[in-house]
Amino acid sequence: MNPDIAQVWEWLDQVPDPEIPVISIVDLGIVRGVVWDGDTLEVAVTPTYSGCPATSIISFDIETAMIDRGIKNTRIKTQLAPPWTTDWLSDKGRAKLEEHGIAPPRTTGGPERCPLCKSENVTRISQFGSTPCKAQWRCTDCLEPFDYFKCI
Amino acid sequence: MSTADPYFDFLCRMGDNTLILGHRVSEWCGHSPVLEEDIALANIALDLIGQTQMWLGLAAEVEGKGRTADDLAMLRDVWDFRSALIVEQPNGDFGQTLMRQFLFDTWHLLMLQGLTKSCEPRVAEIAAKAVKEVMYHVERSGDTVIGLGDGTEESHTKIQAALDLMWPYVGELFTPDAVDEAMLAAGIAPDLTEMRKTFEAQVSAVMAEATLTIPDSRFAHKGGKSGFQHTEHLGHLLTNMQWLQRAYPGANW
Repeated sequence: MNPDIAQVWEWLDQVPDPEIPVISIVDLGIVRGVVWDGDTLEVAVTPTYSGCPATSIISFDIETAMIDRGIKNTRIKTQLAPPWTTDWLSDKGRAKLEEHGIAPPRTTGGPERCPLCKSENVTRISQFGSTPCKAQWRCTDCLEPFDYFKCI
Repeated sequence: MSTADPYFDFLCRMGDNTLILGHRVSEWCGHSPVLEEDIALANIALDLIGQTQMWLGLAAEVEGKGRTADDLAMLRDVWDFRSALIVEQPNGDFGQTLMRQFLFDTWHLLMLQGLTKSCEPRVAEIAAKAVKEVMYHVERSGDTVIGLGDGTEESHTKIQAALDLMWPYVGELFTPDAVDEAMLAAGIAPDLTEMRKTFEAQVSAVMAEATLTIPDSRFAHKGGKSGFQHTEHLGHLLTNMQWLQRAYPGANW
């Protein structure tokens, strides 16, 4: 008897993103579909950035997590379209990012406030940061640099 | 490599451009003038190599001879590469790297925007993914060209020299040949002649803001995208990039 799909989604929501472990891969919005094909679980995953080295680790982590819950056969399907967008980040994920010191993405192209002191006086250092999904910003009040999860 | 299938050739052109430029840009890793630029260049290289996997992966599928994206990247020699001459040009100074990047990025974004309307769904999907990344590339390279051009006397002189050096490599990107014409007729890729008008308007606007002068010449070096005559630089790049497969054929992990 295959576990219920809703149960599988809950399990997937416990798989952390390898680069930003405070959010899950479901929070990140990269799990696009889960279906049973006989006794094989098919998980559709979309890459965040095309060159992101975390992509292959995420597939491996999903398979491992499913084996731990007794699912022997998991197939990862890479799904390119529609392309990933930061609009798919969950509200829970956004809140956790800010708690972790990473400003969540906004369609206006910049962070709302400093994730540390909450000041709205912030300035961009660079569109590119420590991972493909982040940019570097600085707070002009507390003077701390911080990561901004950039909008795509 | 067969040149009988223009669709395969076209996919190799897309993938070889991003592969060769991605490798070139990665050569800056650990050497950039400031940390933020180092990180930006490494990120851009990573995006380009990621896009290469998609283009060359599709090329290998279309070819149907059992080759993979890795085979195409690591086991071909100079004459089989279909990248434009501009991407294999050496990094030179920082200005030269950024000018090459800006000219390529502007072409690349227009090309990808056109390809999102391709009648081949797989091509349109890859383009829709890549276009989001390349919008960031062109924003940054354009800003940096303006910053260097409208900067100090020294930065202005260097980036003007870079523009003079790179300009003759622009024409190849927009000169249609048999492959481009076949792709246009099939509804797979956009019209390069139309694209050039938009390109020139966009580049002229940035150069004006950067106080730089575009050379008054349409002379174009050619031979990269046809594979007919690459510059000597591509061979040197490949000996570095393909070193592992040449020294240890079939090595895997």
